[in-house]
Amino acid sequence: MDPNWLAALVFLILSGIIAGGQLVAARVLAVRAKNNVSTKYDTYECGEEPDGAAWVRFHPRYYVIALLFVLFDVETVFLLPWAINIDVLGTYAIVEMFVFISILMLGWAYAWRKGALEWH
Amino acid sequence: MSFDNPWIHGLVMGLILANVALVITGYSIWFERKFAGRMQNRPGPSVVGPWGLLQPLADALKLLQKEDIVPRSADRALFNLAPPLTVFCALSALAVVPVGPGVIVADLHIGILFALAMGSLTVFPVWMAGWASNTKYALLGAMRSAAQSISYEIPLLLSATVPIILADSFRITDIVNAQLGGKWFALWPPGPGIAAFALFFLCSLAEANRIPFDIPEAESELVSGVSTEYTGMKWGLFQLAEYLHTFIISLVATTLFLGGWDGPGDNDGIIWMAIKSLTLFAGIFWIRWSFMRYRADQLMAICWKFFLPLGLVLVMLTALWVHLI
Repeated sequence: MDPNWLAALVFLILSGIIAGGQLVAARVLAVRAKNNVSTKYDTYECGEEPDGAAWVRFHPRYYVIALLFVLFDVETVFLLPWAINIDVLGTYAIVEMFVFISILMLGWAYAWRKGALEWH
Repeated sequence: MSFDNPWIHGLVMGLILANVALVITGYSIWFERKFAGRMQNRPGPSVVGPWGLLQPLADALKLLQKEDIVPRSADRALFNLAPPLTVFCALSALAVVPVGPGVIVADLHIGILFALAMGSLTVFPVWMAGWASNTKYALLGAMRSAAQSISYEIPLLLSATVPIILADSFRITDIVNAQLGGKWFALWPPGPGIAAFALFFLCSLAEANRIPFDIPEAESELVSGVSTEYTGMKWGLFQLAEYLHTFIISLVATTLFLGGWDGPGDNDGIIWMAIKSLTLFAGIFWIRWSFMRYRADQLMAICWKFFLPLGLVLVMLTALWVHLI
């Protein structure tokens, strides 16, 4: 295995320690109130009393965006191995990728026409 | 500089680079406030230390000492986990970024993919924070931020594909080496290079949630967005992550498009990397204090109707360029 992966792992652990360490330091150093008012622990809603929880259903437009994202993300998955092999694969691969992207952009144009890209 | 043992190399190099990044990040906040102050014809921080130079230390101490409040209705575990996770995701990308010849923690053969993946992982802690807060503002900010991050990830990847095609490698060191001698990818191929650089830079701003794309915070409409309910150091960690992310994307953009440590003539070295990346970093502050925020719907429209087709066209043009010339 490439030893660089081990170095990367060490760095991941290190950044985890750096991130967590500051919370630990804050826990040691932070002041604690002696008299607690219960309203302090209310969620913020411009000074009003909070009206119900925020865990509600949200607009389906986010779902459409997520679907489109999956479509184009898979496309980049195909694009990346192609990108570092253009020399080897030659003209055929470029034409093929061009056709692939054109088909995809047809779908994109259809989605635009249907209003999937609009933020209603 | 490198050690044979990967554990020791990762530890020593990682400690050095992470500390340098954290100090630069801390002082970038001082620099930004000073810079913004000068732009608005006021002195900026000037009380703590000479020219206000001790301001970042004072700020950090103040944040550390503040009382930590977790709202009664919040989801405690996720609420506490989100801030350190954002810092973790932002900092981890640094592992694969070479700041000078051989000055790198882990020279992975898929380095650029690792850096972009770590950068886009920040969508999870931001969403966790928004959901766990159980506040309408935080939830709205988190929803918009998630939609924005995943949308801008695609043009970001497409624009990063341009240097990948030109250098024929995912390893960032190879990408820089291919540009040595003034053949910067932002200048060569003329046209697609500079357009890809601009696209990468703008999409990185969106990924790092900086103005003009700072939808998750949007303090004029969402109070403080995702970080509304956070106090003390947990709030500070969100700020730290944002600045760290911004610093690291300027490093990545420099290596991908501006030739990394390539200097005029034979003067290659870490100093050129520092000059170029810090100039980009300062440019981001300049943008922040000069432009207004886009509305959420405008933001999505720019991405899906303009950046996405532009990215695909740039990739195809670059492929043709490499093939024909």
